Parts: sequence; C-alpha cells; structure tokens
Amino acid sequence: MNEFIFFFNSVVINGAVIGSIYAMGAIGVTLVFGILRFAHFAHADMMTLGAFLVLILTALFPAVGPAIGLPTAFVMMPLAMVATAFIAVGIDKLFYKKLRENNVKPVVMVMASVGVTLMLQGLIRFFAGTGTQSLYIDDRKAIFRIDLPFESASRNLVVTEPQLLLFLSLVFAVVALHLFLNKSRLGKAMRAMSDNPDLAKVSGINTNTVVGVTWIIAGALACAAGTLLSLDVTLKPDLSFMILLPIFAAAIVGGVGSPYGALAGGFVVGLTETLAVFNWTFVLRPLEQAIPALDLPNTLAFVPTEYKITIPFFILLAILIWRPTGLFKGKII
Amino acid sequence: MALIECKNIHAGYGGMNILNGVNMAIESSEIGVIVGPNGAGKSTTLKAIFGLLNVSEGSIELRGDDITNLAPDKLVHKGMGFVPQEHNVFISMTVEENLEMGAFIRRDDFSYMLERVYSFFPDLKDKRRQPAGELSGGQRQMVAMGRALMVEPSLLLLDEPTAGLSPLYMNEIFERVIAINKSGVGVLMVEQNAKQALRIAHKGFVLAAGKNRFTDTGQNLLNDPEVAKSFLGG
Amino acid sequence: MQLPKKDIILFSLLAALILIVFASQGSAYSVRVLAEASCYAILALGLTIQWGYAGLFNAGIMGFVALGGFITMLFSFPTNDDFWSTDLPGQLGGVGLKALLSIAIVYGLTQLKRFGVSKKIRLPLIIISSAILYLWVVTSLGPVAKAIESEAGFIGGFGLPVWVGWLFGGAIAGGIAYFIGHICLGLRSDYLAIATLGIAEIIKAFLKNADWLTRGTLTVSPLPWPVPQAGDIGFIAARAAYLSVTAVMIAVIYFLLYRAYNAPWGRTMRAIRDNENSSAAMGKDVNRRRLEVFILGSVLMGIGGAALVTFNGIFDPSGFLPLNHTFLVWVMVILGGAGNNKGTIFGAVFIYIIWIMSEPAALFLIDIARQLGSAWFEWQPPGDLDSRALQARVFVIGLTISLVLRYAPKGLFPEKVAHHA
Repeated sequence: MNEFIFFFNSVVINGAVIGSIYAMGAIGVTLVFGILRFAHFAHADMMTLGAFLVLILTALFPAVGPAIGLPTAFVMMPLAMVATAFIAVGIDKLFYKKLRENNVKPVVMVMASVGVTLMLQGLIRFFAGTGTQSLYIDDRKAIFRIDLPFESASRNLVVTEPQLLLFLSLVFAVVALHLFLNKSRLGKAMRAMSDNPDLAKVSGINTNTVVGVTWIIAGALACAAGTLLSLDVTLKPDLSFMILLPIFAAAIVGGVGSPYGALAGGFVVGLTETLAVFNWTFVLRPLEQAIPALDLPNTLAFVPTEYKITIPFFILLAILIWRPTGLFKGKII
Repeated sequence: MALIECKNIHAGYGGMNILNGVNMAIESSEIGVIVGPNGAGKSTTLKAIFGLLNVSEGSIELRGDDITNLAPDKLVHKGMGFVPQEHNVFISMTVEENLEMGAFIRRDDFSYMLERVYSFFPDLKDKRRQPAGELSGGQRQMVAMGRALMVEPSLLLLDEPTAGLSPLYMNEIFERVIAINKSGVGVLMVEQNAKQALRIAHKGFVLAAGKNRFTDTGQNLLNDPEVAKSFLGG
Repeated sequence: MQLPKKDIILFSLLAALILIVFASQGSAYSVRVLAEASCYAILALGLTIQWGYAGLFNAGIMGFVALGGFITMLFSFPTNDDFWSTDLPGQLGGVGLKALLSIAIVYGLTQLKRFGVSKKIRLPLIIISSAILYLWVVTSLGPVAKAIESEAGFIGGFGLPVWVGWLFGGAIAGGIAYFIGHICLGLRSDYLAIATLGIAEIIKAFLKNADWLTRGTLTVSPLPWPVPQAGDIGFIAARAAYLSVTAVMIAVIYFLLYRAYNAPWGRTMRAIRDNENSSAAMGKDVNRRRLEVFILGSVLMGIGGAALVTFNGIFDPSGFLPLNHTFLVWVMVILGGAGNNKGTIFGAVFIYIIWIMSEPAALFLIDIARQLGSAWFEWQPPGDLDSRALQARVFVIGLTISLVLRYAPKGLFPEKVAHHA
C-alpha cells in the first residue's frame, strides 16, 4: 500500500503538476500556431517574463497575500497576466506584424521569434540575474498531508498549495477558453481563422483583431504557466529552451491548432516524463523479499533524471513518424 | 448607374498580366455570367474585382463609387459578397457558425438573415449543427453562398459555383441563384458549364486571353453561331 | 568574377577592423580571434547551405558542434593506459554485445509478421521486450561506467591523427542529421527547427553526463593539434599555422560549394526553395534533395565544431551554449547574406570580431554605469553585475536578428540569382 501511495505521489501528482504546466503553455503555443501559422519560439521566455513580473509585484506588495490567505504571488498573477498580454501584443506589433504583412515564409517568422526570445532572455537575465528566485517572499508554501483511511497505509498523500492552485487555475482557464471559443463572436472568428485564413479574410473578419486576441490569450496563459511553475518550484530565469521542447511536443502530440489536444498532450508528456524517471526499485522492494533470487539495483529507472529532456524529444519524434497530425487530428501540416 | 462596372482592367500576378483590358457592367436586377476557355482570366476577373489581386490599370466602380484595389474586408462593408471556388467553408465549424462568420461585420441582430438563408437553402436548416466538413459538395456550396449572403450584399460574386457537382445539384444551385437574384441581389459568376449558365444569364461575357470577345445577353450569345462554335462546343 | 563596389567597400572595412584589432590587442590575441573566426566561418558555411540554399531551419548547430568536438577528442586524444590495461575494455565490449544482441532481438520481433503473427500480438511484444532489453543493457552499463570512472577516469582517446577525428566528427554529425532529417523533412519547416533544438540539448546532456566517455564537467585537455603547438614554436606561429589550415579548408569548401551551387544540383535546390509545389510537380524529389543538403550542412558543422574545439584545446561539454554556438552562427549567416558564401564568410569574421570585442566593451560600459550609479544615486550594484552584463549581449544578438529580418532580409551580400529568361 505504501508503495502505491509513493507511486501516486511521485508519478501521478507530480506528473499531473508538470503536465498542467505543459498544457497551459501548449494551449498558447497551439493557438499561435493555428492562427499565425508558425512555431512561437519565444513562448518559454514569455512564461519566464510573466513569472518575473509577478516576482516584482510580489516584492512591491508582500503583505497582500497573507491578508487574503493565499500566496501573494498568486494574488498578483492576474495583474501580471494583463501586463504580459499587453507585452505580447506589443511584441507582435514591433517584430512580427511587418513580416506578416510582407507575407514571409513561416520559417522566417520562426526565426523572428528566436530573435525575440533572445532579447527577452537578455533583458530577464540582465535584470533578474541567472540565479533561482523564490516567489514566496513574505509567506510560506502550505503543504497538505492527507491521511488515507487504510490500515496498511502509513504514508500520506502529499499535495502543496501551489499545486492545488495550479489545478484550479488550469480548470478555470480551460473552461473560460472553451466558452470563449464556442460562444463569443471573436472566439468563433479565431476558430474560423485557424480553419481557413483566406476565407476568414474574404468573409470580412478583421484578422488584425483576431491576431491581437490570440496574443492576449497566449500571453496571459504563458504568464500563468510561468508563475504557477515558479510557485511550485522556483523561478529559474534560464529555463527557456529546456521547457520549450516539452511544450512544443505537447502541442504537436495534441494536434497543432487544437486547444483540447494541447491540454491532453500536456498531460501525456508530463506523465510520461515522470513515469520515465521514476525509480521502480522503491515499488518493487516488496517483491525482492518475496523472491530472494531477485537482486534489484539501487536505481531502476528507464531514464536517468539528467536525461529527462530526451523524453519529450522522443515523444515528438514518435508522433512525427506515426501521426504527424497529432492524436486529436489537428491541422494537416 | 450600373451596380458594378469594370473599365478596361489590367491585372495579374507578380508583374505578369492575365487581364489585358476587361470591361463589364451589370445592373442590380441582373445575373452576369463570365464564360470562356481555360486561362481566359475568368476567375482572375472576379479576384481583381474583390481586391484579391492588384489591378494595375483601369478602374472598378460599385454604384459609381471607385473601389479599385480596395481590400476584401472593405468591400464586404460596402456590400459585396464573394464565394471562392475551393475551400469555401470553414470545415471544422458548424453550418450555423459558418453563416455567423459571414455576418462577422454586423453588430446588429442578424437572426432574421439566418432564417432567410435557411429559406433559400432548406437542406441547411436540418444540418445547422453539423460541421460543414461533413457535408456533400453541393451542400457546402450552399453554405458558402449562404455565408456570403449574411451581410445582405447588393452584389454576389460566385467563382464556379457548380464545379464538380452532379447535374442534379447543378440545376439546384442555378435555381437558387435565380431566387437570390430575384430577392434583389446582383450576381456575377464565373462558370465552366457555359450553356446552362448562359441560359439563366441576363448578361454574358465571353473572355479570351484576358479580353472581352463577346458581350451580349445570355440568350443572344447562346444563339450566336460563332460563340457556339468556338466556346460552347458546337 | 568581378567585385561590385559595395563588396569592395565592405571587405575594406573588414580589413580595417582586423587591422584595428591587431594594433590594439597585439598579434597573438588577434591571430587567435581570426583562427576562431575561421572555424565559425566553416559552421556558417554549413548553415548557409541549409538555410540559404534550401530554407531549412537548423536550431541545433550547437549539437553538431559539440558532437564534432567530442568525436575529435575521442579519436585524437592519447590513449588511456589506466583503462586499456585493465579488463574494463572487455566489460565495455560485453555491454556493447548485449546492446547488439538486444537490437537483433527487437529487429527479429519486427520480422515476425513473416510467420503470420498478427499486429495485435507483435506490437505489445515488441514494446515490452524492447523495454526489458533496454533496462537490461542500461543496468549492465551502469556498473561498468562506474568502474571506468573510479579506476581510469574515462576511457581516453584512440590516439589517432587529428584529421581523422575531424573527418569522423563530420561523418557522425551527418549521421545524426540523416536521422533527424529523415523524420522531419517531409513535414513543415517548423518541426525541423523544434527537432534540431531538441537533439542539440540531448547531445549536450549526454556529453555532460556520460563521464566514463567524456569526463563530463571535468573536461578533457590539452587536445592535440594538427599543427605544432605553442610550446614548440610560440603562440603566434602556432596559431598562424592553425589559421592557415582552416583557411585552406574554407577555400576548398568554398570552391566545392561554388561548383555545386552552379551545377544542376544547386539549381534544383534553389528551385525547390523558391517554389516547392512547382518543383514537386516537375518531378523533383523535394525531400530527398533537402535531406542531402541538410546532411551536407551538418557535416560541415561537425567539421567546423571539431576544428573549433581542437583550437580551444579543451573539450568542455558545459561550454556549449545555444547562444555562442547556434544563434551567433545564425546572425553571421543572415547578416552576411544567406545563400551567398562570400557574404557568409564576411559575416562570420565580422560578427565574431564584434562578438569578442563586445565582452570588454560591455564590462567597460557596466563599470561606468556602476561608478556613476554609486556616485550619484548611492546605488548598491548587485555583485554579479559583470556576468549580467555579459548576459545582456544575448539581447543584442536577438535585436540584430530582428532588425536584419525586418530591414535587410537578404543581408549585406544578397544572394545573386541569375535570371534565365
């Protein structure tokens, strides 16, 4: 029983946590991919930027959170989301709009987003340094240990406050996005443009507005993902490409252009990652007592933690080989 | 004053002209049909009118208003609807959502227009909640025309509406075009099925090599032996 | 071939810049900068054919550089007697045999369909057995790797001539490129960018953590040179000799590329880049041509990386950075003019000098800022300000990419496309 709880804590909960982060990032990436038709390489640094804005706000008003009973950083997150959304729109105006109007190839847009990501990296590292920072300034991370009503279970289920906030935020974001895309005029226009940009233009849909809305959503989600990740662990300014790969993998696994696919893809990548680095020896120990001949090594994991980055990569390759349109039938590209 | 008038337009892709002086004019009570051999510039004319490619010479007027080289979304505001030949529905969206997208520029209540489109195309009413990608070719064409009608245009441009359809559907589409025209919408369309199309045309334009070869009423063109010999396959 | 006026002016400016570097920094340092720039020029030529000839986005140049560097270290570094004199090579060979056996078994299972085994049974069988065999190989490698690390440090090199290492560096880089390109080139261009970004990080992670093979973060030095080293003939002469080797290589590559570019192969390549659909319609095998160009470019990157690491004399897996080894090369190529080899070489030398000089410049500026700040505003500068100033150069690289794409998408030396009427 204890082994099972251990497995649940370290694989299911942790996998769901990192999966939620990937999902939040991947939804933004997939929307941009669907509407603007290029892989947005600056997404990871937009996440870091959002978290950094939260850090600044938290440092300015450290007493807000304790007054409400939530982490200050979480209270500040909506503000930073608005700011990041505006920054995303500004970046588009400054660096992508002209290229788009000149009808450059998608791959040039990718290049431009690499330029943007390097600029963001430079600014963030210049102002924030490269060391890790904690978003908890005046408050502490609450940890919930849940006793299980089983005789044989002496271990607890462990969930932290930021993890619960993350799950709640993801549910909220997905429901809100679902309603927006299916009920609102602009949301439907977004789907239309993702479906058939030429026809959208011919129908009189204001493509500039749709692009703007896309960036607002992508920026806000990036900020939320970055902040919640930093709340769960710490704010690492140099995460960038390391987190970009699983997010792209999640978006492609889910089918580019499909937000629900990105959600599922995030969890697929997150859970696979934690499963792959999970040390099975802990769980198999009881077996060793039962079968003395079995000699388990100290670590029996599919992938050593240092090689975690290979997991999203191989998921990506596998999906590109067998189903390039993704599990959820995204755009055929 | 004509509803739409093209005066000597030259247009093409990347410096290569396909149209070398096309003239045409129709009234709002009329159906105009453009026919001609492949590569004559039929679709190109429609695209030039709808601002999808650059007009280098000549002018296009909508009710005397110069609209040469206006962007498509501006033309939708001015009361023009355009139905492309291919990829003319949003396949992942329902029929009704497709129609709503046609009404994107309208901020008023357009539900009466949905009903009017459904009265033109009764087939669509039952399928309103189905993704347009699941419909047959003829039904898709209806969705596409309905989408363009949502802004209550004064002029509807149709690019080969019957391409690839069975004769049954073809006749149905032509009937709908007549009905739409009767409701007060001028129609200008390009057609491969020249004979059938000229039968319903008030005006016919025979293009060849980017120029007008014959311009007359549909009936006269059908009866003209020279047109019949060179362009209608005898 | 005549030089237009603009080219003459630009190259004169570059010559003047080099002279300034020589005058202000001394010959030994300047020759070092030029030698490094020449290695970067090889990398940049590799990228210019991928991006300029075929429009392929390689975001993982760093991976090919690291791979080239590692292979040349493995081949040319002196043999390690502590390793070869023990029974460890035998054990390592045993692990290798196990790996081969596993691959053979899995391959055999994939061939079961010949015996009428249905896919429903085959697929789970293949997946489960490859998982078990994989764990078997990895768990048997673990102790051997540990033993090598504790008893011998690492397996050392093969003690072969440097040029063998360079050639194999290029070949292995080409092999990896085949693997990636084979999967991604049929799909849209963005996917290649994502996949190369991933493979670069994976190669780096592997080289950093496989201590038994690479000494990991402990680094390996001094790497042997293809020419006499500073200890024998002095800094300037040694570096100049090295520079002449790389210069000859560049000349050869330049000549071969010039020939290829104007040959039918090059014309097909550009036709595909400029209009994929019509080329495919004309019966050109688009993906095959692209794969060729991707492999060729990656081979050059492997060789360039090998030359760069050899020149530095030290193999340090943590020293490979996306900024220095991927995006710096990108700036060189797009500023110089993608698809124009002359422009690419110009861009490589020019940008490398600017890049090297920007380090003291950034430190100088930040020092002034620090003094002014503390004098006027009683500002307490953070302690890591210097490292932050260097990080800020990332911003400049990013800004350059953005500005060039926006205002000079063809670079300083636009590719000259001959029009056939």
